[in-house]
Amino acid sequence: MNNPVLNVKAVEKDFGGIRALDDVDLVVHNKEIVALIGPNGAGKTTFFNCITGIYTPTGGDVLIDPTAEGNPRRINGKKPNVVTELGMARTFQNIRLFPSMTALENVMIGTHCRTKSAVWGAISRNKATRREEQAVIDRSYELLKLVGLEKYVNDLATNMPYGKQRRLEIARALATDPFLLLLDEPAAGMNPQETLDLERLIVDIRDQFSISIMLIEHDMKMVMSMSDRIYVLDYGRMIADGTPREIAENPAVIKAYLGESDD
Amino acid sequence: MVQFFLTAGCDSVGHAVRKSLLAAAWFVFLTFPLMVIKVNTIENTVVWRWENMGYVAVSIFLGSFVWRWLLARKELKEDNANEETSAEKLLTKVQSHPVLKYSALAVVALLAGLYPQVFDLYQTNIMISCLVYIVLGLGLNIVVGLAGLLDLGYVAFYAVGAYAYALCNMHWDIGFWYMLPVGGVLGTILGVMLGFPVLRLRGDYLAIVTLGFGEIIRLILENWGDVTMGPSGISNIDRPALFGVKLGITDSTIYMYYIMIGLLVFTIFCVNRLQNSRIGRAWLALREDEIACQAMGIDKVKTKLLAFALGASWAGMAGVVFAAKTTFINPASFTFWESAIILSIVVIGGMGSIRGVIAGAIILILVPEYLRDFAEFRMLLFGAIMVLVMVFRPQGLISAKRKIYKYNDTNTAGAANE
Ligand SMILES: Nc1ncnc2c1ncn2[C@@H]1O[C@H](COP(=O)(O)OP(=O)(O)OP(=O)(O)O)[C@@H](O)[C@H]1O
Ligand SMILES: [Mg+2]
Repeated sequence: MNNPVLNVKAVEKDFGGIRALDDVDLVVHNKEIVALIGPNGAGKTTFFNCITGIYTPTGGDVLIDPTAEGNPRRINGKKPNVVTELGMARTFQNIRLFPSMTALENVMIGTHCRTKSAVWGAISRNKATRREEQAVIDRSYELLKLVGLEKYVNDLATNMPYGKQRRLEIARALATDPFLLLLDEPAAGMNPQETLDLERLIVDIRDQFSISIMLIEHDMKMVMSMSDRIYVLDYGRMIADGTPREIAENPAVIKAYLGESDD
Repeated sequence: MVQFFLTAGCDSVGHAVRKSLLAAAWFVFLTFPLMVIKVNTIENTVVWRWENMGYVAVSIFLGSFVWRWLLARKELKEDNANEETSAEKLLTKVQSHPVLKYSALAVVALLAGLYPQVFDLYQTNIMISCLVYIVLGLGLNIVVGLAGLLDLGYVAFYAVGAYAYALCNMHWDIGFWYMLPVGGVLGTILGVMLGFPVLRLRGDYLAIVTLGFGEIIRLILENWGDVTMGPSGISNIDRPALFGVKLGITDSTIYMYYIMIGLLVFTIFCVNRLQNSRIGRAWLALREDEIACQAMGIDKVKTKLLAFALGASWAGMAGVVFAAKTTFINPASFTFWESAIILSIVVIGGMGSIRGVIAGAIILILVPEYLRDFAEFRMLLFGAIMVLVMVFRPQGLISAKRKIYKYNDTNTAGAANE
């Protein structure tokens, strides 16, 4: 059972002449919280895009093994919706909700790939469809409650406060029933109290759903206190990985963050 | 109005007056040769009609002033967005009371049912075309309003439905009732055929390709004379028969009217159920954010094709009805202008809103019809209505409202968090 659920090997991504990711390795184990940090423009979001199918990596392998049983499966080049169906759900750095749909509907969209009703079901509204629809509604409401948004159920996503929108994105991603949740800067734009609450929420989600979580984050306090392991990306290369303590003391990381001023 | 300017401050009033004066002066200058000078070529004299100058100045000044006032009011309103208009408030109110809702529905049903009895043949015919456009609008609404795919070639599916019925009727004498579903199926097939090549396109590019598609279909109809009879079209198409009995003009028009009412009710029923289903939500998600939609596990290809296919099926059926109603069709009935009208119905009525599309069709089809007396001013007024709606209600006359879902508040998942 100690096989990684996500195993990324030597992934590369070129944009024209620019190499945004160069020989990046990374593993995530079951129920782990892994952080990916690095200066602006290091390639963190590009990494997320490469493993979720929004970009196709130029080279390398992305292997997933949802049940951690040791039979990984290569997912390079699969479409984003297929990747999500396989169990990797994500949020976006620049919030991408469905603005003119309600909070509840946003979460309901997340259940799309786990439900079946089609055109005939929609028009006839037969028993199976009604049952499925009600299950979707109830489940979505529960998820909204979990992230503390029950107050906003019927509000349009665009009218919600910024911090709440970030939480809504998490609920929506959870609705897809992932084994790995990928969060791109979930605390961006939040005040210290909100960040603290969010940290608690993320740990809760991990414990309650028994899933793995990988997050990109700039808030070092949050990263250091909640992650099991941390990866550091700089100019598209993975310069370090280890426990928070190891990372805090790693000279290469300190150099990358503070710049090469001395010597 | 005065009160508004008082609250808005003297500054803006002065500004509006100055601007309006300027506009008036400019128009006086521009229209001077036309409105004031009149050369009498027979007597070789020039008549100076100074009073016209006065009329132009006053009307432009007032017009400009009112325009500015409306614009300012609109800006003020945008601060508290999502505000409903009084019409929308009334609709919401009626809908939330079951008694009111059902009595309103009953009144509408009664009016619709009695219409051909009360009004003459001419009025009934106009109403039938209005109903056809409502069905077309609701079909296009699936593609444009719900799925957000700008389709400018929608009329192609309408044409295919109409020609399918006309040709099958001419060659093999196949009746209306058989061809109605066949028209729908043909539309669906053609919708998928158009959908495939344009899957990757969005926005302007999609619009251009679909526009081209519509024109291709029309050109085929026009030039493939052996099959389609070319520009001269097909005439003597059978009107629908009532249980095998052929009806006279009056009766069959009334019959047609009720068929259209039936088709419309069927369409509203289906579209309403579709838009509040898993599929409908996927369409909305696709419209709102394509990348997020895919990242949430929705198959973009399937969802788009489904929208094209379903939207087109209603155009196919409407086409069959159109051919049966007019008993004569030719390619001139299926120009880009038709696509543009149907699109305007959706956009002006309110994208994704069934009531909006109905309102849009009534305004855009019936108003020009009753303005026939004004001949050349008809299109001018048509344009003016479009501009006014787009400036003051960009979301359409009746904007779409999201459904409120009823949830069961169980306490299982959230428990660990509390
Ligand atoms: N679609 C693209 N085309 C070309 N270059 C790109 C593209 N996406 C990202 N890049 C480049 O790749 C590099 C990494 O960008 P990325 O967004 O992954 O950084 P990041 O680590 O997420 O930064 P931040 O912390 O600011 O979010 C940047 O230099 C960026 O300009
Ligand atoms: Mg980023």
